[in-house]
Amino acid sequence: MASLITCPHCGTRPKEEFSIRGAAAPKRPSPTAKDETWHAYVYVRDNPKGRYKEYWHHVAGCRRFLVVERDNLTHEVFGVTDASEFKRAGAAE
Amino acid sequence: MTSYRLGSGGAIDRGQSLNFTLDGRTYKGFEGDTLASALLANDQMLMARSFKYHRPRGVLTAGSAEPNALMTIGSGARAEPNARATVVELYNGLAAASQNRWPSLKHDFGAVNDLFSPFLGAGFYYKTFMWPGVLWEKLYEPLIRRAAGLGKVTMQADPDRYEKSWAHCDLLVIGAGPTGLMAALAAGRAGIRVILADEGFRFGGSLLSESAAVGGQPAAEFAAEVVEELATLPNVTLMPRTTVFGWYDDMVFGAVERVQKHVASPSSDLPMERLWRVVAKRAILATGAEERPLVFGGNDKPGVMTAGAARTYLNRYGVAVGGKVAVFTNGGSGYRTAADLLAQGVDVTAIIDARPQSADPVPDGIRIIRNGSVIATKGRHRIEGLIAERSGFEEVIGCDALAVSGGWSPIVHLMCQRGAKPVWSDGKQAFLAPDVGGAFVAAGSAAGQASLGDCLKDGSAKAHAALDALGRLVRSLETPEVEGEYDPSFAPLWYVPGARDKAFVDFQNDVHVGDLGLAQREGFRHIEHTKRYTTAGMATDQGKLGNVNTAGIVAGMRGVSPAEIGTTTFRPFYTPVSFGALAGTARAEHAAPVRTSPLHSWARKNGATFVESGLWYRSAWFPREGEKTWRESVDREVLNVRANAGLCDVSTLGKIEIFGRGAAEFLDRIYSNSFLKLPVGSARYGLMLREDGIVFDDGTASRLSETHYVMTTTTAFAAEVLAHLEFSAQTFWPELDVRFVSSTDQWAQMSLAGPKARIIMSRVVQDDISDAAFPFLAAREVTLRGGLKARLFRISFSGELAYELAVPAGYGEAVADAIMDAGHEEGICAYGVEALNVLRVEKGHVTHNELDGRTTADDVGLGRMMAMQKPDFIGKRLSTRFGLTAADRLQLVGLKPIEADKEIKAGAHLLKDGAKPSLANDQGFVSSACFSPTSGHFIALAMLKSGRERLGERIMVWDGLRGSDVLCEVCPSVFVDPENSKLHL
Repeated sequence: MASLITCPHCGTRPKEEFSIRGAAAPKRPSPTAKDETWHAYVYVRDNPKGRYKEYWHHVAGCRRFLVVERDNLTHEVFGVTDASEFKRAGAAE
Repeated sequence: MTSYRLGSGGAIDRGQSLNFTLDGRTYKGFEGDTLASALLANDQMLMARSFKYHRPRGVLTAGSAEPNALMTIGSGARAEPNARATVVELYNGLAAASQNRWPSLKHDFGAVNDLFSPFLGAGFYYKTFMWPGVLWEKLYEPLIRRAAGLGKVTMQADPDRYEKSWAHCDLLVIGAGPTGLMAALAAGRAGIRVILADEGFRFGGSLLSESAAVGGQPAAEFAAEVVEELATLPNVTLMPRTTVFGWYDDMVFGAVERVQKHVASPSSDLPMERLWRVVAKRAILATGAEERPLVFGGNDKPGVMTAGAARTYLNRYGVAVGGKVAVFTNGGSGYRTAADLLAQGVDVTAIIDARPQSADPVPDGIRIIRNGSVIATKGRHRIEGLIAERSGFEEVIGCDALAVSGGWSPIVHLMCQRGAKPVWSDGKQAFLAPDVGGAFVAAGSAAGQASLGDCLKDGSAKAHAALDALGRLVRSLETPEVEGEYDPSFAPLWYVPGARDKAFVDFQNDVHVGDLGLAQREGFRHIEHTKRYTTAGMATDQGKLGNVNTAGIVAGMRGVSPAEIGTTTFRPFYTPVSFGALAGTARAEHAAPVRTSPLHSWARKNGATFVESGLWYRSAWFPREGEKTWRESVDREVLNVRANAGLCDVSTLGKIEIFGRGAAEFLDRIYSNSFLKLPVGSARYGLMLREDGIVFDDGTASRLSETHYVMTTTTAFAAEVLAHLEFSAQTFWPELDVRFVSSTDQWAQMSLAGPKARIIMSRVVQDDISDAAFPFLAAREVTLRGGLKARLFRISFSGELAYELAVPAGYGEAVADAIMDAGHEEGICAYGVEALNVLRVEKGHVTHNELDGRTTADDVGLGRMMAMQKPDFIGKRLSTRFGLTAADRLQLVGLKPIEADKEIKAGAHLLKDGAKPSLANDQGFVSSACFSPTSGHFIALAMLKSGRERLGERIMVWDGLRGSDVLCEVCPSVFVDPENSKLHL
């Protein structure tokens, strides 16, 4: 957890304005993907120790979903990006 | 007289006399006193009874680490237990009460525990109250509960206000002693934003108790001068009476400011306490060091206190803690105390120094016993003498106070609250602050600096380092000279052998050396286990004085270095924080806000009974004269809607405006049914799934223009649905042009239902709303007679001809009134959510009773809403899994009792007729049940295994909880108008 999150739209805000929605890494599979792929996407999550990308919803601010990259051990935040930027960057990869 | 007020000196105002009481007896103190200093000035050394053994206790310290002098301050709703008398600021009329004693502080019946103490060692409770098990609830637990707890909390509501605030600064200085003052001065002069916070009510820290001179003037005057300068600097914020209690991520500090705790009559314009979150670029820990008590036999007798405390009472409060004071020390602090006492004319009977020799200057005329120790103390309610021992020779030394010094422990709590452990230093014989990076550093005695001069220098140096890091180039601050300082170094002495009485380590929880030994013998050797087995460090003081001694003694018992033993875990809060401060303004309706619909006052004046639904208050039914039960009202409302018309407030349904060129495509992917071709001016019922194929929520979406939709959600899921839309749009399909805004609170929405709905609505709406012009599922902006623009939807939850009319919230009541007037002749009535529920059960419509997070669309009979020809929609892929399409799934059916007068209750389970109730025989459950006035008997919606194949079967509705068995027939889930003929009137 962090005490403060720097929202790319609203600036540095307290964590109480956000709600957390879990890992940002899993990508929604195509509708024709295999059963195993969909099962993994809906039900299976890594529980890593250390660096981690996570969705934070700025519910009491701009209402954008942000991807917060942070270390869940040291609580260091490495970066915050808008989820749509994150998706586009992923698509470009 | 033993302890007394000096004729002069100290930072008290002898012109401002204050009256206060302890246990009803009146005393006098002065402005500037703490409760403890004023009691000592009145020769009241006995202040408390210890927790477990009820031993008489006095004060051990003059600060926030105090374990003994806990009292209840104030009375009635403002009574606060476990306040430390050493930090309670005296005010006129203060009423204190001692705790943990009966009938009085002096004569305490509970002291019998002390006689039984050989049986009450560590782990007593674990070992004693184990068996027989049957005695636990009746005997043991009540006994323990009566003995447990310190002080008594009031059951009255807190009359005071509290608030929370944020503060931002470049540099936070925690502690306004010599180090903190110098740091704040250096940073303040450089122009950066500084916050200086101190838990005390007067800045200066140890300078206020110091007999040395700083910069050519008395230390306290030097402190006052610095504070005066700081107060003139606009970039410096001074926060006295403010405890920084926690250090959190991203350099956020928690602090509590006691705004009015010290005020005789608090103002209602100010909060009692204020909780601060301080965001600091840099912070300096200048919290000083805690003097360790020595652990010797009888070390808890009233009158035994730390040497520093004796000095503080003397120099800061002008109070001599005794008439004949003895000193027991292993370092320079004891010698300085003796010298200060002598200087004020107090008799010092002896200095007992545990060390064989030392370089500390011995004041003239004081007897010194080197290589000596104290093995016992005499007296009961106050120390009357001690037994000193040297090389096997014992002698009694008279005294009425004993100042002890076991060395110093830096106060490093805050820096250890985020996982870093303090580091043992052999050189300083203390645990030092860990390195937590440059942004937060310890300075002065908190960093292990020894002398006053070093502290002043270090404060200034650490501030300059911070300025440097912040990119400020400044001239270094000149550090004032200190004259007459002493050397506070010491030799380690954890345990004084030869104790004749208990040697206490943790005073508040009555943990003595014997308990620590027992814990080691019984295998609780890890320091965290020792803590929990003995309760050392678990009291309200969290072991501020005892924990380091505990580590040292356990290290000694095990023959290792304290480094190997380590410390227990440091956690916020540094000192207790009141629940009031933590709650702030979030009390009552500010904690759980009341949401009322824009039609709330319309419903109230029509006589509504309200029901809580989440935060909402919804109109449940509208009783009329002569109706004795809610059922009578609800039955009437239902029948009237079916026969004539009724008006219901549906404003609490979630409303989301959806805009954008991609909105149609978006909705098509969000709902399981098709939305791409929904014409402008039309509404459609929609079903949303979760990605796992289970139904999430239902509602309608209406297309108001090519690029503008308005969606309705259930009341309960309004927030979740909005978040779901946002998540889907932003993370799955950011390429779609679509935006959302919640407009739930902006619209008053009312449902007008019944065969006469059109006649009534046409009297209110200008537009043509004939069936041809405004057919079922039409949704358009209309103009009301009078010119108001409104939204009209021809949708129905009741199964009747119905309209939902939405008007801007402020017009809601006037429009509802106009509809009631317009429908008067047609016999319109107001109806509430109970009638609405009956109407929908009769019609077989589902709600979250059925859409309970386990059901698929097909389960609830909405399989036709799965538009599988669409390439994708949320939940499509997993909805076809075998488990979600199996033939024996629970399916929605209707139930009606075989005997018409029987009642069916929701939650009851379904069994084959004649089957025993068991999990294996369970066939499903009743999801919704009500009396149907239209049918004349109870009806129910139920989830039944393979239900749709079992129409006509007799099934037992078994309610073991409420003891009823009702034989029912399985029937279709639509009880009224299965052909939907009424919708299309």
